[in-house]
Amino acid sequence: MNAPVYNFAYLDEQTKRMIRRAILKAVAIPGYQVPFASREMPMPFGWGTGGVQVTASILGPDDILKVIDQGADDTTNAVSIRKFFAVTAGVRTTTSTNEATVIQTRHRIPEAPLREDQILVYQVPIPEPLRFLEPRETETRRMHALADYGLMHVKLYEDIAVHGHIATTYAYPVKVDDRYVMDPSPTPKFDNPKMSDCAALQLFGAGREKRIYAIPPFTKVVSLDFEDHPFERYRHDGECTLCGADDSFLDEVITDDRGGRMFVCSDTDFCEKRRGDAA
Amino acid sequence: MYVAVKGGERAIENAHRLLAHERRGHRTVPEISLVQIAEQLALAVDRVMTEGSLYDRELAALAIKQARGDMIEAIFLLRAFRATLPRFGVSVPLDTGKMQVRRRISAAFKDLPGGQVLGPTFDYTHRLLNFDLEDQSSVPPPSTSEAQDSAMPRVSDLLAADDLIEASPQADAGTPVGDLTREPLSFPAERDLRLQNLARGDEGFLLALGYSTQRGYGRTHPFAGEIRLGEVEIDFFAEDAGFAVPLGRITLTECQMINQFHGSAAVPPRFTRGYGLGFGHCERKAMSMALVDRSLRARELGEEVKAPAQDEEFVMSHSDNVQATGFVEHLKLPHYVDFQSELGLVRMMRAEFQAAQSGEPLAEAAE
Repeated sequence: MNAPVYNFAYLDEQTKRMIRRAILKAVAIPGYQVPFASREMPMPFGWGTGGVQVTASILGPDDILKVIDQGADDTTNAVSIRKFFAVTAGVRTTTSTNEATVIQTRHRIPEAPLREDQILVYQVPIPEPLRFLEPRETETRRMHALADYGLMHVKLYEDIAVHGHIATTYAYPVKVDDRYVMDPSPTPKFDNPKMSDCAALQLFGAGREKRIYAIPPFTKVVSLDFEDHPFERYRHDGECTLCGADDSFLDEVITDDRGGRMFVCSDTDFCEKRRGDAA
Repeated sequence: MYVAVKGGERAIENAHRLLAHERRGHRTVPEISLVQIAEQLALAVDRVMTEGSLYDRELAALAIKQARGDMIEAIFLLRAFRATLPRFGVSVPLDTGKMQVRRRISAAFKDLPGGQVLGPTFDYTHRLLNFDLEDQSSVPPPSTSEAQDSAMPRVSDLLAADDLIEASPQADAGTPVGDLTREPLSFPAERDLRLQNLARGDEGFLLALGYSTQRGYGRTHPFAGEIRLGEVEIDFFAEDAGFAVPLGRITLTECQMINQFHGSAAVPPRFTRGYGLGFGHCERKAMSMALVDRSLRARELGEEVKAPAQDEEFVMSHSDNVQATGFVEHLKLPHYVDFQSELGLVRMMRAEFQAAQSGEPLAEAAE
């Protein structure tokens, strides 16, 4: 039987080179979705294979990796991906945002500001911001090529006409560097402003849909809105029960069957650090 | 309390240990061997090899065992293994006309050179449970005869000789065959990529699509021109040696559908082809693939595209069961932060709704 011998960080070097080329192109054209020959990874499509392939391609032996899902280091899929790289690359892992050089994330951007020597890798399920308005790839690529984003503005306008406000709470579309409309992955719109003028390189990997895109450091990222209906961040109006933060994104935790609930930081490292500093 | 809602490393480890325990089943029952799977669940192995895109019976059997018989999981295991294998090159095109045939039937002609050979088939069996198989059964050996030396020409080639069917497309040595595992797919896609996609595609999905064309959603008036099963030699052109060397033999099922075509101003009326090919014995898959291949040629043949089976973006984007199962099942992953955002929105909209009902001004109701 053929015993598999896996390369550093799982992927073979040819594949990594192909992915790095796609990343370079993505960095050169901020917000543009670069097709790449995504591989089958040993975890299912839709579970972070795009992010894992990007991370595998940029990881070096000296990197320190942090993996979060829903902002937390201890959610099951984050544990699984962190373990994957600990085994296949033997790199150091951490839960500290400050200590990490590469942070792979699903659905959140850490609360702590990122630095120039850090890379944030997003797992992306549907990279196409226009997909739910136009299911055909041939059409949406044409729309991007012509910067024909009228359909998106009509959708946002219709939200306002029907609901009185824009009814998109996550995966809220942004325009990158005044050119491409981009899906920020299903991060809550609370996180959108953190993408703009961010010191860290932001890379987005969509494995099943075979797309990579990027926001280079210090790039302008604007959430789509209207002059009379400006973009608004959503945050539950309250404090974290554990650390008292009044500026972080909060998870709602149901504590009993009598309507009891509490709100706690979704970013576990942020919350723990605050509690550590207070103690 | 807070910790209890989050998963943990130990939870995963214990879940996997439990899975391994369940896979093994009751310890008093002998463990199934890979040889048993490869020999006695051969058609399962064939399907995993075909949709896993890797011809290796032993690895496919291992995947089936590890996956507890879950076919898509087994296909996934094989695909993930395949993705790490180095690529040496591309074989010389197979010549299925030279197949050592074990089964060959044509629904278009009563008799033809080489004859009809039924071979090992479920066709014409009565689907009655055979209770003899409950225990170890003794099976009489099959009747045999000398292998025929005479060629068994393909039905489509016989028809092509009279120009009654379009010629088989010839490989263009200057244009390498596409490979969607190495180059990302873009649309419109040519037939080489479409066929590769269909060959890897989910049998059930293609079966349903092919079936839909028979029920009027993009009719193609098909005849099963020929289905053949047997062994074909693979040759590989070795740069160092300067000539093609045989790598070995693989078992293939090939289906050539013959479909009606009325012709056009430039093309005389003649039959067209739909093509299906898979590893091992996989007639249902090969036939479904041939039906869908022909439907997807609508654009090329100037037919109106109106049914799902004719829509290459729809078919090719959804045929891969490894992709499909991953994305459907990813809904099991936590979506706390997105759901939290939606909860906030619904609460705000409910407050607005209630304010409107009670006649209070809107603006104050918003959070």
